[in-house]
Amino acid sequence: MAKQASAKEVLFTPVFDNNPIALQILGICSALAVTSNLDTALVMAIALTAVTAFSNLFIAMIRNQIPSSIRMIVQMVIIASLVIVVDQILRAYAFTLAKQLSVFVGLIITNCIVMGRAEAFAMQNPPGRSFLDGIGNGLGYSAMLIALGVVRELFGAGKLFGVEILPLAKDGGWYVPNGLLLLPPSAFFLIGLFIWALRTWKKGQQEPVAFRLAPQVEED
Amino acid sequence: MGLRSYLDSVEHHFARGGRFEKLFALYEAADTFLYRPASVTRTTAHVRDGIDLKRMMILVWFATFPAMFFGMWNVGFQANSAYAAQPGLLAASADWHLAVIRLLAGFDPGSLWDNFIHGAVYFVPIYFVTFAVGGLWEVLFAMVRGHEVNEGFFVTSVLFALILPPTIPLWQVALGISFGVVIAKEVFGGTGKNFLNPALAGRAFLFFAYPAQISGDAVWTAVDGFTGATPLARVAQDGIGQLVERGLTWCDAFIGFMPGSIGETGTLAILIGGAALLVTRIAAWRIVAGIFLGAGVLSLVFNLIGSAANPLFAVPWYWHLVLGGFAFGAFFMATDPVSAAMTDTGKWIFGAVVGVMAILIRVVNPAFPEGMMLAILFGNLCAPLIDHFVVAANIKRRMARHVQQ
Repeated sequence: MAKQASAKEVLFTPVFDNNPIALQILGICSALAVTSNLDTALVMAIALTAVTAFSNLFIAMIRNQIPSSIRMIVQMVIIASLVIVVDQILRAYAFTLAKQLSVFVGLIITNCIVMGRAEAFAMQNPPGRSFLDGIGNGLGYSAMLIALGVVRELFGAGKLFGVEILPLAKDGGWYVPNGLLLLPPSAFFLIGLFIWALRTWKKGQQEPVAFRLAPQVEED
Repeated sequence: MGLRSYLDSVEHHFARGGRFEKLFALYEAADTFLYRPASVTRTTAHVRDGIDLKRMMILVWFATFPAMFFGMWNVGFQANSAYAAQPGLLAASADWHLAVIRLLAGFDPGSLWDNFIHGAVYFVPIYFVTFAVGGLWEVLFAMVRGHEVNEGFFVTSVLFALILPPTIPLWQVALGISFGVVIAKEVFGGTGKNFLNPALAGRAFLFFAYPAQISGDAVWTAVDGFTGATPLARVAQDGIGQLVERGLTWCDAFIGFMPGSIGETGTLAILIGGAALLVTRIAAWRIVAGIFLGAGVLSLVFNLIGSAANPLFAVPWYWHLVLGGFAFGAFFMATDPVSAAMTDTGKWIFGAVVGVMAILIRVVNPAFPEGMMLAILFGNLCAPLIDHFVVAANIKRRMARHVQQ
């Protein structure tokens, strides 16, 4: 692992260069489910960032005490406890949002990003850096979720955070909302387009060509 | 004389290293539109005979003409009939289409000319937008990738325009064809690598994004303020007997005197074009036969089961064939050589899957009034799997034959 990486690199590499959704294709499930409006996307992003950061922190603290054979279970206990804390906080202070997010807060336990960072980073690195890595990966996830949430809510419902931005045609405005964007499959298309844009920008993320077709036309 | 040598004389500007290198795709498109292409497919392509892709696509394009011309007439006929029945609507409407129609024709539902012009004024802008916007994407991708513009787009554009309702807003046409060309085709590498039918993918996008403009009762007749459900929707409501009582016989439906998507109503016209495709072997007859077989058998099964609550169970198979987009889908959409199954056995299975799914969605699923579009897209998704199993079964059979000896 990147032992020599600076704290800044640990924090910001996951945002664009090693984005958990766009490059590692992790955490897609919740990215489809909670991004139909920006409120839930933002809360989910914060919740996941917090859980990833603190699970990384606690796991890194006891990483030398965890027996290798049961490390998954220990990690799960820590992650699950943190998710319960987050869930309780949401229910206490943002009940309607917690209702909208329904099972997806609970499902952070099974989110591949949390598990993946615990296993891949926190088990080998000191607590401070692990915490930063958790924040960084949370930021990468958040960036994607917020981008999805903005596009889906703005063009799907003409609103941002529930505030009308584009006046809808049915209320006398001009914008006809795109209903497809409110359906989960649209997030697939959007993630695909984001990945396309990202890999056009950062060519290093492109995968090698798996195979080449034989030329269809004889070359002159 | 003249044009050919002119094209040859400017060719070096567009060749690699020339001044207009980037515009090669446009030059090539103009050249091969006028003349036959210099290079023809010689190695393994998805077309497995001597005819090149360009001829094939142009033939499909011609084969849609009966459905297209009948569709234009029918759009006009439906609209003019509605105006004849409720003259107030004509005066009340401020649609720009009507201003153009007034210049060229009248509003008599008995006049061939009036109906045809009326339909053309609705269809031609839709087709033009489809062609311009879709063609722009096509040329853009051809330029970036450095290959030629593919004639497949001719077919995609006309098919897409024909499966839209006449009242669709033009900006939605532009969005739909953009989705179809870019997301369903170009991101996977262009014609030949798309696993979905681009025209249907574009329509599916519009169907889910803007359901109010592509489904329901108000969109099928090109008259402001007039609501008339498609016969298929009326059958779902009241059953097939009601349809006949209101004056739509099977014969009318077969010829296509009913509201619906522009090119989908005239089953007779579709059969004429479809027959041309089958005779020239561009459309695989196994796929068409598979669809008719699958749909026929399943609708017979539904007839036998029967249902008190759902009148669609009782619709006989020959009505299913003439309502909605069934015939158009069977002949023009499902037979797309790229997105359908490639093996002979696979084509039967692919057809049957599409036919069964179309009837299943129509009859059992109350959320979707028409099943053909989704059934064909579903079939497209299954096609590689079907081919895989057909090939695997063949390998297994031949291995077994060897082991015994």
